Amino acid sequence: MSEPTVIVDSLDVVYQVRGAAGRVTSPIAALGRMVRRPPRREVHAVRNVTFTAYEGQAIGLIGTNGSGKSTLLRTIAGLQPPRRGRVFTRGQPSFLGVNAALMRDLTGERNVVLGCLAMGMSPAETRAKYQEIVDFSGINEKGDFISLPMRTYSSGMAARLRFAIAAAKTHDVLIIDEALTTGDARFQKRSEDRVRELRRAAGTVFLVSHANRSIRDTCERAIWLESGEIRLDGPTDEVVDAYEAYTRKR
Amino acid sequence: MEAVQLARRHGLNLSGRRPGVGEYLRRLWDRRAFIVTFARAKVTASYASATLGSFWTVITPLVNAGVYYLIFGVLLGTDHGVTNFIAYLCTGVFVFHFTQQVAMAGTRSIADNLNLVRALHFPRASLPLALTLVQLQQLLAALAVLAAIVLVTGERLTWSWLLVVPVVALQTLFNAGLAMILARLAARTTDLKQLMPFVLRTWLYGSGVFYSLDNFIDDAPGPLAVLLNWNPMVAYIDLMRYALIESLPDARMPGHLWLSALVWALVAGLGGFLFFWQAEEEYGRE
Repeated sequence: MSEPTVIVDSLDVVYQVRGAAGRVTSPIAALGRMVRRPPRREVHAVRNVTFTAYEGQAIGLIGTNGSGKSTLLRTIAGLQPPRRGRVFTRGQPSFLGVNAALMRDLTGERNVVLGCLAMGMSPAETRAKYQEIVDFSGINEKGDFISLPMRTYSSGMAARLRFAIAAAKTHDVLIIDEALTTGDARFQKRSEDRVRELRRAAGTVFLVSHANRSIRDTCERAIWLESGEIRLDGPTDEVVDAYEAYTRKR
Repeated sequence: MEAVQLARRHGLNLSGRRPGVGEYLRRLWDRRAFIVTFARAKVTASYASATLGSFWTVITPLVNAGVYYLIFGVLLGTDHGVTNFIAYLCTGVFVFHFTQQVAMAGTRSIADNLNLVRALHFPRASLPLALTLVQLQQLLAALAVLAAIVLVTGERLTWSWLLVVPVVALQTLFNAGLAMILARLAARTTDLKQLMPFVLRTWLYGSGVFYSLDNFIDDAPGPLAVLLNWNPMVAYIDLMRYALIESLPDARMPGHLWLSALVWALVAGLGGFLFFWQAEEEYGRE
């Protein structure tokens, strides 16, 4: 049995939405908010979830929109506090979200350097990895885009660069939230290879995607989440088949 | 088996837990290259669209000083008792401008970099510290201009100019602490950004930038006089003036200025760091 890298123990995540009851922006309403507490609604996004992930595993997370996948992953990454239960991880999990641009007004070049330094690489390591990251992202395939501000990138380009930066470092736990699906076919192939490499380096990779094919190709284990609860947890083919049957029925 | 025991046996940690102060300081030190590079990138980005580029670093405080000279020196005539009013006013404006800019940048430091905070894990104090560094660089450019102004208006270069170094060091420490305090407050209370200009303007008028506070302190009610006397900005501004302007008689310098400058720097620097660290795991959460 290999070593566990993530232990999720009876986890409940509830988040509060401020001003959920249709925010009125008139000054009188604003005064009213100062006197009364603003209306808050609670969303119970993850309910009593328990599982353990092991090193070398790639786990696909599936479920319909709003089933709590992203919330669960954000909690594993430590970006969202749990209401009940605990999450233990090896090292600091790295979270790759859909929100791709890091610093929009800076060039791709600067973003690569700053991203590497922020992840804790030394300036020498950053210089050594720089070209590799740019090549991996494929940003410069259609001309010199890396020296343009990141706000001029298409969302696919930004997501690719973002993934290339994060993938330059070996992570114990890497969480990818639909970042791969934005790239073109060639980039998807490259990133799937990179995910396999990370797994060989004893890392654990979580992948959220609505493209079931990409989950089948990269993950051998899948967890199906519905209304914040685990419906099924097991070998990818089994779980994805059940999920596909469920979505067809609806 | 219990999850906790399993986690402990395999060396897993609670996710999203805040590191201890020592560990946090170590991680911050490891990110020093990030802090410096981030500061440099911010300077380049902020002037990228202006034709005159980073020349604005120098122009902005100069224009500021010009406006205040017109109003306070020429129109209101608040220069009584100060022989070299232009040097006096410029020093005040430049030194205050440093803290003012750091305060504004600190307030926005988390909100303006949410993408970065949500995407990557790094000690969040890197952000207010980097922004303090940006402003320090601007101050150094402004000080070169200030030195020229002071010399042109008839002062001499003396040994006391060396005192500029400790004054800037203490003010920078104070500013870094202030930036971290405001960063945490603004991360929770977003309305602070709207409030800051008023707070800063009140502070400006109470810091003796355009006039010597000596003229007012004696008449001010007790608690207010204490507040004005121990205002950190009064200490940094007046110490800088006594360092640079020879025509200001040293004998008039109140003895508590160095003490005030030192205590404020330590209290704000240390307290600001601890205050910011206490909410480390919360920055960037919705």
